[in-house]
Amino acid sequence: MTINGWIQILIFCAIVVALVKPLGWYMMRVFNGEPTFLSPILHPVETILYRLSGTSEREEQHWLTYTFAMLAFNLLGFVVLYALQRFQAVLPYNPMGMSAVAPDLAFNTAVSFMTNTNWQNYGGESTMSYLVQMAGLTVQNFVSAATGIAIAVALIRGFSRTSARSVGNFWADMTRATLYVLLPLCVVLTLLYVSRGVPQTLSAYIDARTLEGARQTIAVGPVASQLAIKLLGTNGGGFFNANSAHPFENPDAFSNLLQMVSIFAIGAALTNVFGRMVGDQRQGWAILGAMGLIFFVGVLVAYWAEAAGNPLVHALGVDGGNMEGKEVRFGTAMSALFAVVTTAASCGAVNAMHSSFMPLGGMIPLINMELGEIVIGGVGAGLYGMLLFVVLTMFVAGLMVGRTPEYLGKKIEAKDVKMAILAILCLPLAMLGFTALAVVMPTGLASIGNPGPHGFSEVLYAYVSGAANNGSAFGSLSGNTLWYNLTIGVAMLMGRFLVIAPALAIAGSMAAKKTVPTSAGTFPTHGGLFIGLLVGVILIVGGLTFFPALALGPIVEHLSMIAGQTFSAGG
Amino acid sequence: MNTAHTHGGAPQASLMDSKIIISALGAAFTKLDPRVMIRNPVMFVVEAVAVLTTVLFFKDLAIGGTGLGFSFQIILWLWFTLLFANFAEAVAEGRGKAQAMSLRKTRTETQAKLLSGASGRDYNVVPGTQLKVGDVVLVEAGDIIPSDGEVVEGVASVNEAAITGESAPVIRESGGDRSAVTGGTQVLSDWIRVRITAAPGSTFIDRMIALVEGASRQKTPNEIALNILLAGLTLIFIIAVATIPSFTAYAGGAIPITALVALFVTLIPTTIGALLSAIGIAGMDRLVRFNVLAMSGRAVEAAGDVDTLLLDKTGTITLGNRQATAFRPVSGVSEQELADAAQLASLADETPEGRSIVVLAKEKYGIRSRDMTELHATFVPFTAQTRMSGVDLGGSSIRKGAVDSILASLSAADPVARGGAAQALKPSVSLEQARELQAISDEIAMAGGTPLAVSRGGRLLGVVQLKDIVKGGIRERFAELRRMGIRTVMITGDNPMTAAAIAAEAGVDDFLAQATPEDKLQLIRSEQAQGKLVAMCGDGTNDAPALAQADVGVAMNTGTVAAREAGNMVDLDSDPTKLIEIVEIGKQLLMTRGSLTTFSIANDVAKYFAIIPAIFAGIYPQLSILNIMGLATPESAILSAIIFNALIIIALIPLALRGVKYRAVGAGPLLRRNLLVYGLGGIAIPFIGIKAIDLAISAIGLA
Repeated sequence: MTINGWIQILIFCAIVVALVKPLGWYMMRVFNGEPTFLSPILHPVETILYRLSGTSEREEQHWLTYTFAMLAFNLLGFVVLYALQRFQAVLPYNPMGMSAVAPDLAFNTAVSFMTNTNWQNYGGESTMSYLVQMAGLTVQNFVSAATGIAIAVALIRGFSRTSARSVGNFWADMTRATLYVLLPLCVVLTLLYVSRGVPQTLSAYIDARTLEGARQTIAVGPVASQLAIKLLGTNGGGFFNANSAHPFENPDAFSNLLQMVSIFAIGAALTNVFGRMVGDQRQGWAILGAMGLIFFVGVLVAYWAEAAGNPLVHALGVDGGNMEGKEVRFGTAMSALFAVVTTAASCGAVNAMHSSFMPLGGMIPLINMELGEIVIGGVGAGLYGMLLFVVLTMFVAGLMVGRTPEYLGKKIEAKDVKMAILAILCLPLAMLGFTALAVVMPTGLASIGNPGPHGFSEVLYAYVSGAANNGSAFGSLSGNTLWYNLTIGVAMLMGRFLVIAPALAIAGSMAAKKTVPTSAGTFPTHGGLFIGLLVGVILIVGGLTFFPALALGPIVEHLSMIAGQTFSAGG
Repeated sequence: MNTAHTHGGAPQASLMDSKIIISALGAAFTKLDPRVMIRNPVMFVVEAVAVLTTVLFFKDLAIGGTGLGFSFQIILWLWFTLLFANFAEAVAEGRGKAQAMSLRKTRTETQAKLLSGASGRDYNVVPGTQLKVGDVVLVEAGDIIPSDGEVVEGVASVNEAAITGESAPVIRESGGDRSAVTGGTQVLSDWIRVRITAAPGSTFIDRMIALVEGASRQKTPNEIALNILLAGLTLIFIIAVATIPSFTAYAGGAIPITALVALFVTLIPTTIGALLSAIGIAGMDRLVRFNVLAMSGRAVEAAGDVDTLLLDKTGTITLGNRQATAFRPVSGVSEQELADAAQLASLADETPEGRSIVVLAKEKYGIRSRDMTELHATFVPFTAQTRMSGVDLGGSSIRKGAVDSILASLSAADPVARGGAAQALKPSVSLEQARELQAISDEIAMAGGTPLAVSRGGRLLGVVQLKDIVKGGIRERFAELRRMGIRTVMITGDNPMTAAAIAAEAGVDDFLAQATPEDKLQLIRSEQAQGKLVAMCGDGTNDAPALAQADVGVAMNTGTVAAREAGNMVDLDSDPTKLIEIVEIGKQLLMTRGSLTTFSIANDVAKYFAIIPAIFAGIYPQLSILNIMGLATPESAILSAIIFNALIIIALIPLALRGVKYRAVGAGPLLRRNLLVYGLGGIAIPFIGIKAIDLAISAIGLA
């Protein structure tokens, strides 16, 4: 580890923290329907959209109505995206003449983009037409992110409202998230990326002749615009297969920093929206503090592991950190940071191959996702995932001050616990359950790229990434098979909707409750004690479940590496 | 009322009475019945895997498997875990059963004198169990009151030791707030007619027996929620453990089923699962030991949540009686003269206020108490009409009473004043005097006292200052409540000025002066509208609506039947100060639950580190580095973990029954302390415990 590396990491953290308050203030106004500096331009558009869809921004929805609206919208998105892929051969904007996507891959991809996962069992430049990329994938990049934000806002309203029947209007929240938050920021970011040399064109791939005289096809396309939302909306689906490791998708150190900041910006600021809406910004900072603590430890371990490098390689006389699968322009510090950021948030964009990380370095992304990506998390998803853990934490420990458990004046009762535990339960079920099936089935084993514990990690990573709606891949697993397309698809659906529905149920239940005023006898939820407790519960309840799996994957791989043991194919 | 014998006397020795232990040992086995077990999801799952592994063990035994000794020990400890859990619950129940037993003894078969008419004295003797609601019975000296009821006629002294443990008799009379009588108590003197208000089998004592026995115990809302959480955690660990065989198959190894079962059982929250119902029963039991009966567990939980305490001034904040503290003559009258007249007026006044005037006059001015008959004085008692009392002494009359009453009487008694407007210029009380009197009264009221005006022979003498005596130590109690986050509101019939002064002296947060029962109800409603939980106590029939509205309504046992029906707790000692302890007991119950849940979950860290290296070391020997406790062998590691898991239940039974100590230090410090002890302690203790057990079992060669 170097001072330089740490300075870069700290600069990144400082920028994210500095953005929390202004962005939080802006988003709070947007979701409260208060005017902002963009309202003069955007409000007329907004009104027209509401009129066209037959709703009104003043219409309030019960949590069930909200949930059905969300499900209906997502189902429609899925159907459209699936159809676009299947018919891309006959649709316009297909200069490279891509053929129809296979049904299982189309299912997997449609689910993947609808759920904000962006797991890619395909290479973008070799599979998808421009139309699919723009009208299908990029649209989902926006709306799946907006869905996440909307759910988070609905849950926040649950905590901030008193004796209310409704949690907001899904259509209004969706529209506002897209129009006022995602679109304007994306316009700015796209221009910034273009300024760093990221392509933005609708023309066909370029044929070039190399210095040696060989012919080479260079893939281009509307990269910058998709790049902006890929990161800002924590989608992570790359335009190119190499994702943000590709020089056209991440040209230099500045674009790299910009990408990492955009991954965290909205998720971090939503904690402030939470604090503002519940009337105490410290509550938001406490949640961000808990996230920050887990994040920082993750960065520390990952950077340490990558910077220390592989002793087996050192034995061959090659010094330095682990550079396998990394871009020289980013180095170990920024690759490790990017890996932690992208898996802490449910982004899944990568600027290095996680599969080539040191065992412990690669374990951090795994743990981040196994916890349910609650460290900043996917836009919206991180906050509502974290709040589910808060409900659980307050239930377990809230009793310790001699009162029945409450959070922000809302009593936590049987049905809230039921919903929180259901949401938290579905993650290990999908992650461990499917892994357990895949590693004993021939069809699952056939896709594994490396033998031994690393191969186990590949499978585990795939399901963990899918269920956590992350979408980053552990490299060497060949995921484009019927088995993996379908099962990872199901894991993504479980990880998305089996968390969202309970979260909205809690929103409805909390909104309906009275708010108990705080007193000296109330558990204070804005201090270090709360942060420590929350982190403890997350690690013990959310993390320890995966300890056996981690022991058989990265931990044993790490120990073997230290012992100098390697695993050969067929061994 | 002396309650020391019930407070201090609740013998801690009986926490683990040998009789209770023996019967609990038996109950531990009978509770293994799966129909009973299913009420507790965590332990039910343990029982299911215990049965499963036992069956597998016998199969292995039949076909001659390997590692049978190890499996046998694991299975043995699984059953021990279950038995320990059942034992904890049985011990908690046992303590209540013992109490119920002694209650039952008092509920002897009684004969009732059923009156044929409401007014006559003709009765038929019928068994007490045949009485219906609405029957009127006669109870005479020496009779046991056959069932719960309300005195409709007469007054009697009653020994209520059967329910309160208090041997001093209490007065029960018709009308007023002391009309309720309880079946099983004994009339000592006089006679009363009682209208039966309880159907057979549902009398107060029946309900008490059911409550302390735990027979009618319903799970409380928080307990249900906690059970859901524990069941959810159990499901998560089912997933975590059930996937392991497949993972190890990939790695090319297999793990014996007993080892997996051991991992699973140690991971699921058995500690809290085993102790949860014992904690609940013990909470109710603590209240019973405190001579408070909670009609539901929900009420006990609510007590922990109370935000606002409504306390009656008289009897709770101040001593029941006001005392004279000063004589304040109007100008032209000496203190001596006023004291003399006040003492004379109070000689025959048996009220505590009257006595205190006699005493003060004697102490301050050396005026000896005189004999009424020697003075040829006639006592004029207090009536609601005159609102005065006094003596007629020879020609002159001495009166004391409320300031406005005395003033009114002086003007009325004055023939001049009655004469007409023209002669009103010469009243017996001059305007200056009236004004002076008002000034003194206001000053007294402002200081929290009550002014009592005195006149002699139509002449105004001055005012006796009566003062409420705030109970010693009550101020500190309120400060403590404030640190708990509880707001105290004093309820009084006094005027706002007096109320404010007493409120300030006692240190309550707020007061409600000149309170009517409607005001009380209104106050409770408005507090509840803000989301607060309100506790109050009351005894009168007019308190009943407020008692019913309050989240925690403690009815005094001396109170009316209506009040007792309306409240969700009954204080057998009729001591309103107890509200404070009730809140503490509620908090203690919730804290014990939370602390042991935290402890139970925190334990998992060490258990993982004990068992994971043990079961995986055969497949990947490198993983033995995770054996940070340095446990001797994989078998001893697994065995130590499961033994620790079982023994910790036994070790924590006393804590579950006694409860985690509540300290009124505010939520922050309280949380810090409990987290340190039960959170960090919960992580650290199993590391030490498992290592110690491992050393022991390796030493004696069990594994």
